[in-house]
Amino acid sequence: MNKTGLVISREYFTRVKKKSFLLTTILVPLVIIAFYAAIIFISVKGGSENKNIAVLDESGLFGNEKDIKETNLKLTFLKNETESSFKSKYKNEGYDAFLYIPKFDLNKNPDFTIHSPNTLSLSASSQIEKTINKALEDKRLIAAGIDPEKYSQIQADVTLNNTIDTKEGSKKSVAGLAYGVSFACGILIYMMMIIYGTQVMRGVMEEKTNRIAEVIVSSVKPFQLMLGKIIGIGAVGLTQFAVWIILIGVMQFIVPLIFPEMMANATSGISEEQKASVAAEIMQGLSALPLVKIGALFLFYFLAGFLTYASLFAAIGSVVSDDQQEAQQLVFPVLMPIILGFVIMTQALNNPNSALAVFGSIFPLTSPIVMMGRITYDIPAWQLATSMAVLVGTFFLLTWLTGKIYRTGILMYGKKPSWKEMMKWAVRKA
Amino acid sequence: MNILELHNLKKYFATQKAVDDISFNLKEGSIFGLLGPNGAGKTTLLRMITGIFYPDSGEIMLDGKKFDPLNDIRNIGYMPEERGLYKKMKIGEQVLYLARLKGLSKSEAIQKAKEWFVKFEMESWWNKKVEDLSKGMSQKLQFVTTILHEPRLIILDEPFSGLDPVNANLIKEEIYNIARKGSTIIFSTHRMEQVEEICDHIVLVNKGKKILDGSISGVKNDFKENKFEILIDYNGESNDKFKFIEKGQGQAIIKINENTQPNEILQYFISQNVQIHGFREIMPSLNDIFIKLVENTEKAREFQKFN
Repeated sequence: MNKTGLVISREYFTRVKKKSFLLTTILVPLVIIAFYAAIIFISVKGGSENKNIAVLDESGLFGNEKDIKETNLKLTFLKNETESSFKSKYKNEGYDAFLYIPKFDLNKNPDFTIHSPNTLSLSASSQIEKTINKALEDKRLIAAGIDPEKYSQIQADVTLNNTIDTKEGSKKSVAGLAYGVSFACGILIYMMMIIYGTQVMRGVMEEKTNRIAEVIVSSVKPFQLMLGKIIGIGAVGLTQFAVWIILIGVMQFIVPLIFPEMMANATSGISEEQKASVAAEIMQGLSALPLVKIGALFLFYFLAGFLTYASLFAAIGSVVSDDQQEAQQLVFPVLMPIILGFVIMTQALNNPNSALAVFGSIFPLTSPIVMMGRITYDIPAWQLATSMAVLVGTFFLLTWLTGKIYRTGILMYGKKPSWKEMMKWAVRKA
Repeated sequence: MNILELHNLKKYFATQKAVDDISFNLKEGSIFGLLGPNGAGKTTLLRMITGIFYPDSGEIMLDGKKFDPLNDIRNIGYMPEERGLYKKMKIGEQVLYLARLKGLSKSEAIQKAKEWFVKFEMESWWNKKVEDLSKGMSQKLQFVTTILHEPRLIILDEPFSGLDPVNANLIKEEIYNIARKGSTIIFSTHRMEQVEEICDHIVLVNKGKKILDGSISGVKNDFKENKFEILIDYNGESNDKFKFIEKGQGQAIIKINENTQPNEILQYFISQNVQIHGFREIMPSLNDIFIKLVENTEKAREFQKFN
């Protein structure tokens, strides 16, 4: 095995064998699944919460004064009570809240007061508002001489189905899904560049502060050491991706098997027909996306982006001693374009062909992230080609320059060099 | 046969002439001392010999051929002054890793590592981590990693710092052993008593230049000051042949004037009817020579601009 290979395998295996790696690699998908489960659980639970509400209607808005029962809401109309007398009693009589509707002008939009011991949940209060609005609308319709039933028949509800026409035929697009895939890819690259970039920096700092750098570079060229470290850590990142994807895939099969009730509950609100149509829609949406192309581009931009930034992080690690604060100072200018890339990416999600998005996806320091924002849309071939070429070129140039800073930096102890000195190291020959 | 020859090596940094035209030769199988005050350029010189730095000009010849850092690494073992190991890595794995970086195959590395671990009684360390070791223990480990691949040229920068006398002796013995087997050792230190004890040949550098080069006895001879210790009872004064430097009860140190032979002094005292109980030449210690040569230069090198 050649020396770079040896360095790569050391960097890779020492990290992969660490308990913390196992922990994060296995825990993260578990946390994501648990998060899923929690959301489902809450929506199921939250939905079944019944509110019993006392209503004192002095305006005659709810005319017939019969109690109204809805899915999670029961309105009980009071007689022979006043606001001030009942305010102190509703809790003891088993009501969750007390709504007071005074006399008011039907043509104006009034404010009503609802008393409750705790803050009413958003869903409950919006449901009550809806009920009142419905009653008020009916009153106004009748006053205007319109039959409320006729009116609800007249009301329109149009759905737009976006079909994308490509050479391979027409496909149905699901806007939300494309958006989600783009965003997920972008945020993954963003996170991985920062997390694994700083790992490269820490690794270099470790070698420097442990004083092993000089021992190693008497056997290996500094450039081989730097490259080996970067590639080894990049491989750790890819391994983590692979494990996550496999684990999440497996869990999605396993969870419904282990907790069949939960899944049943989660979907009980939706009819079978709806369930089928939602699933079909997601499948259709996914099939509309060029998944292979997305996967390939994601992999390319992750690798190229990581490699480009990792060499910068390695150079920073090589010039600072074990002082965290010094490292922070130097890392900041490197993090800036990454964060900028993320911001442009969120813009690109909505306006994939805006000038900013196009610029951001070609400019090499932001392109790995910004391109992910445009990945589900049709990107002109020349832009893609330019972006990739510029990124690869930047990677070679930066690695060449930072390699020279690294070579000098790892053998320097004591004072942190100035930017000017580092520039000098980078551009001088041999 | 010279294993290493340096011809007019130069390495300038932005503010310093770290190594300024240094040449010397190293015989195979010798133990060579590279001396010099702090900042004299020793580390830079060693880094060029180990291929970490390229010289600005000059030539390094290894075994009569031009030094090729890529392929000659296998023949060099370097233990730098700023040394260390991966703290979190298991000791066995670490030794194998460093040996394989030098070009040993995995099975070769395992076999050699086991041999040395037995020899130095470190078998129980194999699965421990470096952070579990004391400073002296990790020093011992570092020495093993330096010589494991049986390099022909071994460079040790302050190898005994932090070692207790027992372990220092262990390593000293090993250094002799290795030299006897034909490897050459460069030994860089400013502990002069160790140099006197171990080295055959020394070079002293200061401010990037070589100021002394020779065998220990040769160097001492060159720097002797014609001082003698003489055991006598004598109350007379100095004369034109010698001068008292120190006078004590039954003992004195005298400096003999140039062109005067020690025998003339003895004859003088005999003629004075003085009983001579002992007479011996005082050779300067390396320490004295070192201080004498280095003292007159500024304590620290100044940063200088040059083009």
